[in-house]
Amino acid sequence: MRSFLSSRWGKLAIGVVLVGFAAMLPLLNIHIPGVLPGPTYTPGALSVLAYAMLIAALALSYHLIFGVAGMLSFGHAMFFAAGAYGLGILLNLLAPSGMPPEAVFLVAIVLTLVVALVLGNLVGALALRVTGISFAMVTLAFAQAANVMIRRNTGDLTGGEEGVRLEASLVPEALVGVVNTRNLYWLALGILVLVYLACVWIERSRLGHVVAAARENELRVTVLGLRPYTVRLFVFGAAAVLAAVAGIGFMLLQSSATPRISTADFTLTLLVIVVLGGVGYRWGAIVGGIVYTILDQRLAELASSSWIAELPPVLHIPLSEPLFILGMLFVLVVMFAPGGIVGISHRLTKGRGGKKDAAEPAVLQDLEA
Amino acid sequence: MSAILTARGLSARIAGQQVVEDVSFDVAAQGVTALLGRNGVGKSSTIKALLGLTERTGEVTFDGTRIDRMLTHRIVRQGIAYVPEDREVFSQLTVEENLRLAERDGAPNRAIIGELFPELLERARQQAGTLSGGQQQMVSLSRALMNENRLLLVDEPTKGLAPLIVGTVTKALQAAAERMPMLLVEQNLQVVRDLAHTVIVLSGGRVVHTGPAAEFLDSELVHRHLGVSTDTEAA
Amino acid sequence: MSTVLLLLITGVGLGALYFLVASGLSLIYGLMGVLNFAHGSFLTLSGFLGWEVGRRVGDGTWLGLVVGMLVGLVAGALVAAITELVFIRRLYNRHIEQVLVTVGLGLASVALFEGIWGSDPIQISVPGWLRETTEILGSHIPNDRWLLIGAAVVVLALIVLFLQRTSYGLVIRAGVENRTMVTALGIDVRRAFTIVFAIGGAAAGLGGVLASVYFGTVSAHQGTSLLIYAFIVTVIGGLGSLSGAAIASVLVAVIQQFANYYWGIGDLAIVLALAVVVLVRPTGLMGKVKH
Repeated sequence: MRSFLSSRWGKLAIGVVLVGFAAMLPLLNIHIPGVLPGPTYTPGALSVLAYAMLIAALALSYHLIFGVAGMLSFGHAMFFAAGAYGLGILLNLLAPSGMPPEAVFLVAIVLTLVVALVLGNLVGALALRVTGISFAMVTLAFAQAANVMIRRNTGDLTGGEEGVRLEASLVPEALVGVVNTRNLYWLALGILVLVYLACVWIERSRLGHVVAAARENELRVTVLGLRPYTVRLFVFGAAAVLAAVAGIGFMLLQSSATPRISTADFTLTLLVIVVLGGVGYRWGAIVGGIVYTILDQRLAELASSSWIAELPPVLHIPLSEPLFILGMLFVLVVMFAPGGIVGISHRLTKGRGGKKDAAEPAVLQDLEA
Repeated sequence: MSAILTARGLSARIAGQQVVEDVSFDVAAQGVTALLGRNGVGKSSTIKALLGLTERTGEVTFDGTRIDRMLTHRIVRQGIAYVPEDREVFSQLTVEENLRLAERDGAPNRAIIGELFPELLERARQQAGTLSGGQQQMVSLSRALMNENRLLLVDEPTKGLAPLIVGTVTKALQAAAERMPMLLVEQNLQVVRDLAHTVIVLSGGRVVHTGPAAEFLDSELVHRHLGVSTDTEAA
Repeated sequence: MSTVLLLLITGVGLGALYFLVASGLSLIYGLMGVLNFAHGSFLTLSGFLGWEVGRRVGDGTWLGLVVGMLVGLVAGALVAAITELVFIRRLYNRHIEQVLVTVGLGLASVALFEGIWGSDPIQISVPGWLRETTEILGSHIPNDRWLLIGAAVVVLALIVLFLQRTSYGLVIRAGVENRTMVTALGIDVRRAFTIVFAIGGAAAGLGGVLASVYFGTVSAHQGTSLLIYAFIVTVIGGLGSLSGAAIASVLVAVIQQFANYYWGIGDLAIVLALAVVVLVRPTGLMGKVKH
């Protein structure tokens, strides 16, 4: 049985079952107190889950850059913001064009993806000229500039601190309003599956192998006559587009985008998620994204509970800051469990004939160049 | 002859790449043991592995003490000095600062520098990066020789030096070898002949030959393992 | 002309602030290969502690300010040294993990500061003279700029003295150039790690108190926003170079001031400058090629 489950068909079967189960959740009445705000059919629980899935999709796209290609980027939030803001702004711009709403919606989505593609390649082309920490700094600087421009309401488009609201009249009706939360949930699930499949495809392709090889040994790849720069740029651009896809989903789910999603802190959160889940594992990004989001929500809930408020300040102040708890949890994982959640589960199953590809994530090697 | 250092099953990795594989050898407690092999065979990596400068596995015992799990500075403080390939002097520091940095215990033997390389004393305030290759090698050797050591690890000391300087360096090494045992990596077989009594030959990351130096250098093994013949090495 | 002079001196003042953060970052990176994302938190915490102690000693007085600066200096050094000993040292030679740990500490500590002091900036009072201006060649220079510039110059001089005149300074200079060889000389370079963290933390701590003077507020996010500029300064100056950090601090801040005043694009101009430096000279202005 175990050998079937770890075969290719077995994995496919597990995947289909998992996605099928996730797709049925809105029709079921599962209540897990303390994890979800209500039974799984309620809009409250579904929007939390949908949000978690979009973050997981975003984390997957970051996994391509950090886990697969071994590049430490601090600018990934920029592309997520490009997706969310892009859709919101383009809908507003195209609204007076007189096209039918369906067409406007589709055109806006396509244009948003094009913008993300161009932005990703532009930033990537420049940042990839350097490696290691300098690369990280260049991506950080670009993201910071983008963040400042968004905050300043550049061109009267981004709405400053208020952000951009989704023009609901141009969005298909099935995706608008609390009553349609389950549709948005399915959309988020679809986006997660789509991004996952794209990651599998990229990682399994020849290009994915080359980019992974370049992470381990740049020289060997160069000797083979391949330019690490080109393959890295492709991965960077692809990850940018996938992040934008998640951003589009975010805009539809939340109906608004604020500058928060373009900050360096937001990218750092992605880094935390990927490491928490397990660097180098696709599943790690997904599990990390979902666990992190739900923890974040639950911890915020916990913070406002009465028994926390009654604790002395030394305890109740740190306990009422979700990010403090998550940050320290992250520090502990880095120091004591480098493989993250997936790494730990691999270690537990290894003795019982689990997967053997649980190698140490190579990205945690010295990037100092 | 007894051994000052023994390596058993030593392997080393650099950036995830296996560069030395399951190597076992002894370094004699007296005189010079030479570590030979073609370019890129893992000689420098072996020395670095002994010092803990690369990721390594296996057993290394120095004078009865296991050192394969120690941090580099602890290993060095056991009394092992290192003269690295390419000299690695601190180019931004002066000669004097380079030497001061290397002083390990209370009574460094500064006099030896005056005996072996008097010109360094005149250049004490000069930036080490502006020295010639030979002078830099003198600094590097001085760093190793001025402390009380029980073993010297010397990696390619004559690489890229003018013939005249090669003579000076060889003489300094000869003087050092009278005081303490040495593991020497050297391409110049004449220098090996002058200094070493035993050779260890590496090929493909493994030890392929161990034996007396003169015997090896006169045999056809030299050609097989090093790709040079004894006739041309002097050139 | 008076505007140019004002922008110039204001820029140098802001550059002084950048330098206080960037000097430590650059030294830490140069010696240890660690980009310290917790550096901003050293600054923020010291800013808060300096303010808390200073206002109790004498709110808005010179004594209060000087005591606050000392508290910031000491707090920054202590917190940084503890961070190195408790978190960084265990991950010896695992640079990416060290960076990740500082990322986690940075995020967590800012959340903690928000919990303690709230997320809104708190107005502070400073000695009256600092809010006045001095007229030089027709331009009115805010006096707090002089304090910033003076403090940065003193810090720079002290760090240079320490690096040039002490044995640990020698180890640090050598380690920035070639850390491996320092250990191969039998030197426990980890002690130098703690020292550069303490020095960097002290400079950032002083910077925290001075930043609150410059902005007129203390806030949980002060360090984080300054940190990003300091990163840019560090890369432009050349990672590991103290003089590079000093030059780039002033350069970046002055460019920022001018671009902001004339076109309103200060931040964009810096990013552009960074892009140009990275493309033309990837090692930075004063950076050395590391091998």
